[in-house]
Amino acid sequence: MELVLSLGIGVLAASGVWLLLRPRTFQAILGLSLLTYAVNLFIFAMGRLKVGAAPVLASGTDAAGIADPVPQALVLTALVISFALTALFLVVLLAARGVTGSDHVDGQEPGRREQGLGKSGR
Amino acid sequence: MPAEFLLVTAALLPFLGSVAVALLPRDARNAAALLAGGVTLAALACIGALFTHVGAGTVVRTFDWLPTLGVGLTLRLDGLAWLFAVLVLGIGALVVLYARYYMAAEDPVPRLFAFLLAFVGAMLNLVLAGNLIQLVMAWELTSVFSFLLIGYWYDNRAARDGARMALTITALGGLCLLAGMVVIGRIVGSYDLAVVLASGDAIRSSPLYLPALVLVLAAALTKSAQFPFHIWLPRAMAAPTPISAYLHSATMVKAGIFLMIRLWPVLAETDAWYWIVGTAGMATMLVGAWSAIFQHDLKGLLAYSTISHLGLITLLLGLNSRLAVVAAIFHTVNHATFKASLFMAAGIIDHETGTRDMRRLSGLWRAMPHTATLAMVAAAAMAGVPLLNGFLSKEMFLSEAVDNVGDHPVQLALPVLATVASAFTVLYSLRFIRQTFFGAPPHDLPHAPHEPVRWMRLPIEVLVLACVAVGLVPNLTIGPALEVATRAVFGNGGPDYDLAIWHGVNAPLALSMGALAGGVGLYFAFGRRINTNPRGGPWLMHRLDGGFLFERTMTGLVRGARWFERMFGATRLQAQLRTLFLVALIAGLSVALARGWPTLAPPSLAGIDPAFALLWLVGGACALGAAERAKYHRLSAVMLTGGAGLVGSLTFVWLSAPDLAVTQLLVEIVTTVLLLLGLRWLPKRDEAIVVTQQENRRARRRRVTDFVVAATVGTGLASLAYAVMTRPAPEGIARWFVEAAYPQAGGRNVVNVLLVDFRAFDTLGEISVLGIVGLTVFALLRRFRPAADSLERPRQQLRQEAADRARADREVGDTAADALLIPTVVITWLFPFVCVFALHLFLRGHDLPGGGFAAGIALTIAFILQYMARGAQWVEDRLRIRPIAWIGLGLLVAGLAGAVPWLFGRPFLTATFQYAEVPILGKIPMASAVAFDLGVVVLVVGASVLMLVALARQSLRRAREAAAEPEA
Repeated sequence: MELVLSLGIGVLAASGVWLLLRPRTFQAILGLSLLTYAVNLFIFAMGRLKVGAAPVLASGTDAAGIADPVPQALVLTALVISFALTALFLVVLLAARGVTGSDHVDGQEPGRREQGLGKSGR
Repeated sequence: MPAEFLLVTAALLPFLGSVAVALLPRDARNAAALLAGGVTLAALACIGALFTHVGAGTVVRTFDWLPTLGVGLTLRLDGLAWLFAVLVLGIGALVVLYARYYMAAEDPVPRLFAFLLAFVGAMLNLVLAGNLIQLVMAWELTSVFSFLLIGYWYDNRAARDGARMALTITALGGLCLLAGMVVIGRIVGSYDLAVVLASGDAIRSSPLYLPALVLVLAAALTKSAQFPFHIWLPRAMAAPTPISAYLHSATMVKAGIFLMIRLWPVLAETDAWYWIVGTAGMATMLVGAWSAIFQHDLKGLLAYSTISHLGLITLLLGLNSRLAVVAAIFHTVNHATFKASLFMAAGIIDHETGTRDMRRLSGLWRAMPHTATLAMVAAAAMAGVPLLNGFLSKEMFLSEAVDNVGDHPVQLALPVLATVASAFTVLYSLRFIRQTFFGAPPHDLPHAPHEPVRWMRLPIEVLVLACVAVGLVPNLTIGPALEVATRAVFGNGGPDYDLAIWHGVNAPLALSMGALAGGVGLYFAFGRRINTNPRGGPWLMHRLDGGFLFERTMTGLVRGARWFERMFGATRLQAQLRTLFLVALIAGLSVALARGWPTLAPPSLAGIDPAFALLWLVGGACALGAAERAKYHRLSAVMLTGGAGLVGSLTFVWLSAPDLAVTQLLVEIVTTVLLLLGLRWLPKRDEAIVVTQQENRRARRRRVTDFVVAATVGTGLASLAYAVMTRPAPEGIARWFVEAAYPQAGGRNVVNVLLVDFRAFDTLGEISVLGIVGLTVFALLRRFRPAADSLERPRQQLRQEAADRARADREVGDTAADALLIPTVVITWLFPFVCVFALHLFLRGHDLPGGGFAAGIALTIAFILQYMARGAQWVEDRLRIRPIAWIGLGLLVAGLAGAVPWLFGRPFLTATFQYAEVPILGKIPMASAVAFDLGVVVLVVGASVLMLVALARQSLRRAREAAAEPEA
């Protein structure tokens, strides 16, 4: 269980980092999403893994046996914040594309920087 | 108590007055001057009335400020503070009167007086400070307000540059002072001045003494314009003359002197003090006097003369002799009176003739005999002519110079150098008077010279009267004040001194007379050559142009900063992120190296659920696929990313986190919709970008690097996660939350209870962020200039329109309107069901998985489905959605739910709960946290809907624009 999840976190994080380092804004936004998944799962995993022990109290639940609710609460907050971040980033990238005509993360194509042209509105 | 009241009043009055003056209209010259003068005089009266108290002891009033740091606000008036406070306020009041007549009608005078009063307040609080940190604050305030005063005529470049230089140098000193005070505070264990003054031996014997001394002196010497930091003072002459008269006689530059006198009992009488302070004073005195000789500008002469006199006072303080300290205090007062009157006289000459160039001025004696007489007396006091105050203190100085000759060869030169500097003083004083007031009648002046108005001369008359009175009867005038000041510094261990005019024929008198004669002789020998000096500046000094060095340093700093920025800043995002990841990696690895590699439990395949493994096989494939496809195949990349998110959501279900699973799933849906909405504005692959062979190679290299970075981050995170997960969990705070959730918060869903009750403050912050993001998105999109649509219209749609056009009974668009009709109807009718589902999530949240976030996002999905099915126009015709109002309402509800406990005397966001019996629904937990959660729901809906709708509307705008200019 732990092995599979940690490998999964690793693959998600690696894909995310790879995409964040790419030149196109769209790649970066997807990279951010993937990295967010990885980090959220990582934080969640800090509370250790338990199957069938949701932190919901019913009569007769063993308080010691249930999953750690603290990382879960933290991740819940992180989920919503990362949603807001993705939305903001998306709008910024669309606005940047509208203003600069480029979807490069720097707002202009690197090869064209010297000529001062940043236009590829096609 | 009345004494303390007077003290507090005096300390506060200038600041209050400053605010009041600042509120006056721009042209209210008389009102501003009256107010400023009245406030200063009132404060002076308060301080003056306290003289008897000061004679008997110290007046202290303490206010709590930062008690945990041992920093209080203490006003402490002893004899030394009294003397300086009277100087500050007395000369301040005279300067106000003078400035009223000096400033031109078109100058915004209230601004000047407001800054001046604020400066008076800062200076007063500096001398009254009874706490080291408070003293530093007042010190910095004087730097800031002097900057504003020097730069008063801010359209003048010289004023701006002078102000900037003064601030740079003195504020740098202020930072050193803060550090020095902290060091002293560490040594003594208190910042209270009284305690510090009683701990002289502890400070001097501490190993931290030298750093503390150097830091404090760095502040004092920069502020008092000591060589080589003196360069700011001549450039500060770009200030209006009343300001120069004030800053450079009684206040700003005397702050450093005051600090050295204040801390003399605890820092002085060591070799380090002797050499640093003494050398600085000596060098400053000589350089200042030498430079003053060669100035052609009246104010320039006075500026360098000020530097020289400050050097003299500093030298006295550096001699480690108690008698010299008395002389220093005495000379400080004398210098303030004669230098302020000389500055004012120079201002009058400038005002009435239009120039300050001594080579153009001459014979003003005839036009302004009154002013000339006053200036001559003041200049004579500066030169140390007998029967004036300057003579007395200079005599004390020379006698100290003679008495303190030591064994060191440098020390032997002391009386000689002191005499030389005195001779220089005589020389430039004489030059000042002779060239300005005597000689041929002036010609070719900008204005015909005449006496100034009566009131403008009054301040000079008062000051010159003081010079004469102190010079004639010192014991009756300055004597008592000097005595209390001396007692404040030394307690009962003060030296015996004698303020008599005549001490008999002795070495100091001989030196004094020698200096007088030498100065006069030098003037008649070299006066003409000084005036025609081709190079302009002082002889021998042209290589030491401090201003040039300062500018060079500043340019170097700016260049260095630019270089640093170029080297370590990244204007390119990719390089920035790469650096970020590398630094994170290095940080992680260095911890691992320093603390030893974590041992990993041997991985075993036993106990792995094959279904779980398969799930993550899919998840990993989705992630890798998204990474590969994102460049040219955006749609599939979005879907693959969504797939990875779903696997995450399922993992949460599997591993006992139902709340996370629900929220992740819903967030995933909304995010995907958002991304899909944005896709249409992203560009197609630009085939026009030509990739050269060389670039291709570079790109490949970059990709290899990035791959290594990504793989390392992934491996690192995976191993870290594995290492943690395979270790037993320590006893954390979780247990307390689990046990307290039901008894204290009435909720069974611990995660939800954490969010809305135990950690509700966090959640409040978080929803605020969400609201801010919503508004930001909205604001960004209002001025949005969408790029051209990347997609051509689908071929199917074109064919449908062609068919519509071909048939007479159909309008264009009819066929498209019918597309997906059945799903549209189904989705429309889903609306109430999704709303009920959201309500369900909300209500069960406290006890079962669900809660405010999930409910809010579910409700958002209900709305967005309508937009997707029917289009924005249709939805908005039927539903009035005001997401911005919802954001506000949500915050308000959550905030109110938090604030209500205040009414019952409980802290913010305290929750209570009760169970209520509601018909049909049954027993419902009525925790007050539910109200908070309601705020969360409303805000989440508002923010998410705002973002989605704002984005969705952009396509409408495009269509409208296209309609407005057809076939554009």
